[in-house]
Amino acid sequence: MTGDWRYRLARNRGTLLAFGIFLAMFTIYVLNHPAGFTANVVQTATNKGVLLAFVAMAQALVVITAGIDLSVGMIFILTNCLASWIVVGTPLQTALGVAGVLAAGLACGALNGAIVIYGRLQPIVATIATGAIYFGIALWLRPYPGGSVNEGLADALTGKLFGIVPASLAVLAGAVLIVWAPFSRSVLGRAAYAAGSAEPAGYMSGIPIRPAKFMAYALGGLLASIGGLFLTFFTYTGEAAFASGNAYTLFSIAAVVLGGVSLYGGTGSGVGAIFGALAFRTIGDLLFVFDLDPLWQPLFQGVVLLVAVSLGAFGLLRVRSRLEWFR
Amino acid sequence: MAADMGDARPPLLRMEGISKRFGGVRALEEAELTVRAGRIHAVLGENGAGKSTLIKILAGVISPDEGRMLLDGGEVSFASPAEANRAGIVCIFQELSLIPDLSVADNIALFDPPRRFGLIDRRAQRRIAEEALARAGAPDIHPMALVKDLPLSRRQMVEIAKSLARQPRILILDEATSALTAADVAKVFSVLKRLRSEGLALLYISHRMHEIAELADECTVFRNGRNVASYPAGTKTDNEVVELMIGREYKHVFPPKPVSPPAARPVLECRNLSWSERLRDISFSVRQGEVVGLGGLDGQGQRELLLALFGVLRGCGGKVLVNGKPVALSSPGQAKADGIGMALIPEDRKTEGLMLPMSVRENLSFASLDRVSRHGLIDRAAEDRQIEEMVRLLAIRAGSLDMPVGGLSGGNQQKVVIAKWLMRAPRIILLNDPTRGIDVGTKQEIYQLLRRLADAGAAILFYSTDYDELIGCCDRVLVLYDGMIKRELVGKEITEHALIATALNISGEQAA
Repeated sequence: MTGDWRYRLARNRGTLLAFGIFLAMFTIYVLNHPAGFTANVVQTATNKGVLLAFVAMAQALVVITAGIDLSVGMIFILTNCLASWIVVGTPLQTALGVAGVLAAGLACGALNGAIVIYGRLQPIVATIATGAIYFGIALWLRPYPGGSVNEGLADALTGKLFGIVPASLAVLAGAVLIVWAPFSRSVLGRAAYAAGSAEPAGYMSGIPIRPAKFMAYALGGLLASIGGLFLTFFTYTGEAAFASGNAYTLFSIAAVVLGGVSLYGGTGSGVGAIFGALAFRTIGDLLFVFDLDPLWQPLFQGVVLLVAVSLGAFGLLRVRSRLEWFR
Repeated sequence: MAADMGDARPPLLRMEGISKRFGGVRALEEAELTVRAGRIHAVLGENGAGKSTLIKILAGVISPDEGRMLLDGGEVSFASPAEANRAGIVCIFQELSLIPDLSVADNIALFDPPRRFGLIDRRAQRRIAEEALARAGAPDIHPMALVKDLPLSRRQMVEIAKSLARQPRILILDEATSALTAADVAKVFSVLKRLRSEGLALLYISHRMHEIAELADECTVFRNGRNVASYPAGTKTDNEVVELMIGREYKHVFPPKPVSPPAARPVLECRNLSWSERLRDISFSVRQGEVVGLGGLDGQGQRELLLALFGVLRGCGGKVLVNGKPVALSSPGQAKADGIGMALIPEDRKTEGLMLPMSVRENLSFASLDRVSRHGLIDRAAEDRQIEEMVRLLAIRAGSLDMPVGGLSGGNQQKVVIAKWLMRAPRIILLNDPTRGIDVGTKQEIYQLLRRLADAGAAILFYSTDYDELIGCCDRVLVLYDGMIKRELVGKEITEHALIATALNISGEQAA
């Protein structure tokens, strides 16, 4: 039918806009970078961006169901501390360690899901509480910064593939292919969108609403733990950093909104959240290339974030029925 | 009489040459409307004829592209509903505008709450609410009750009270009675007639012909965004009016019923079904190929009965048998499963039927995701095949399958809800007032469809608040009163008289 593309475009407007914003910012960044567009510059930028990208993708899964996960930054910190204990030794031990970290993330997410869905608590309160628990465990694992990680694996995953492509970017793409793509095309994924859009209608259609929401929280935990692993690969240590965990939680919310995921649920995509996260990170890097005083970073970051999020609201100026302002 | 004097006075409101375009669609084209004080003016037309757009322009929700509005002879334009309110134009919208989590009194005084020292004066607010509720003929509603705890029909009464508290000069009622019980409708009508005698102008939009016949002084018919006729009420027959509305000759609204009721085996049986205080000792059966109606006043347990059968209610007593075997369903997911084959077309398509922001395609396949997926992954090709078949079968008019279903007209939205369930080829079809607020043309298509489905072997249980539908569509009608089956009407016994008398719990002999 004619006009299909128009609706598909409208559907993915948030994701495309996030991609556009990221592209514009990154272009400005690279053009002003003393070294220009080189593999090393891209690698550094990617390594900075992927951590938030994983956490934002985790947040996006939950936000699509009209929920929110305020423990996502603490899962990230907890898995970092866990990884600094167990991702060491022989290749087999390391592999088991990675599997253990991912399983821990999945378990944290599953616990969130179980409490929110089967315990019927408000997601905000439930995940504040579980976040505190996860941080408590992180603190118990690493009262002081320390530990180590299999440096061979760490260097491989933070380096470049074939001397060009940043390995962390490849892992991010892999996560999209292995986690996001099947989720978005599955019955559970569609049920997750339905849960965020009109939960009673979904239930009355006899689709698995509750398993879908549970799956969103659990996969969110898994993605956050991939972020935690990468944090360990970058720093070679584990640290129960409270401020960092909270910052990642809040930044992940900013990133999903920037990435076109509505906090009301039902719209947006994990891919959009990734571009949102990368754009958000590039804001910080712009300061560096323009040689601004780092003290200005929070203020600058806030202003650029406001402007970027406002771009998504421009559509409201063209609204014909004023009722649509409230949708 | 006040009504006669109204003609001599200049019109209270005139809309001239109003045009409005949404994207490529002309919603209104050179539309005109004249409203006089002390008259009830009915606006008729199919859904999509432009009535709602006209009302929204009048109420300040949207601005016209062309044309002008004259109030008391002076040109006006409204940039917001608040401005229209200040000019004395108050609208009761089809979609309720109440805030569910606030009390009745809070809602009634929402527009301009009484204040003392800048804070809301709760006592004065309660007084205003009580007065407004009394004026609306619903003094039984407690002002402190939360709106979300009230049934739909009571909420509608609150909505009317809320509009009266704003002291309107022109009151617009857009399908305001579609959720009301017959007793409430009578009360509302006496209120509206009193308001007319007080000199208000009332604009009344309804799909119910007998309401218009009872209430209106003047009528204007809209078709395809234009006003096609204005005439004094009572000068045209129902058939003539419907022909004006649909622009073609109107006949055979209801498909013929089978001469003798089918003697097939019962597909769905209910034995002594009960649920808290709302359902008491309900026993009946629906045979293959049969259309069984549920009648009675709104809120007598019909909705609960359908939800109980569909596995939504917990703690039901009694037995439900499907194909002679007892079943215990604990979710819609189980009710729709292959061994049972049940479908429920819900009452409120906007919350229980559709995900409005999601595409037509996704909405259509929601109930059948298990059939178009393999190992949990959706097979888009299989999905599209089934969807296209349904779009053809029900003649769903959508610009694109990728457009949000919220962008379709009400009738087409309802077709999507029905198609979504027909895709499963259900053997037991439960319908909860499926034609509420949709246009005549779509209603006819739904009546034909129901009979076709029954002829193809489905067992249909059909609740409607519209007596004409029960009479025209059903082989049998079960009339509910206070959670019990009061009477079963079969074949020729299904008359308006019998339905109303039983619904009001007066025996037919006494009423006659």
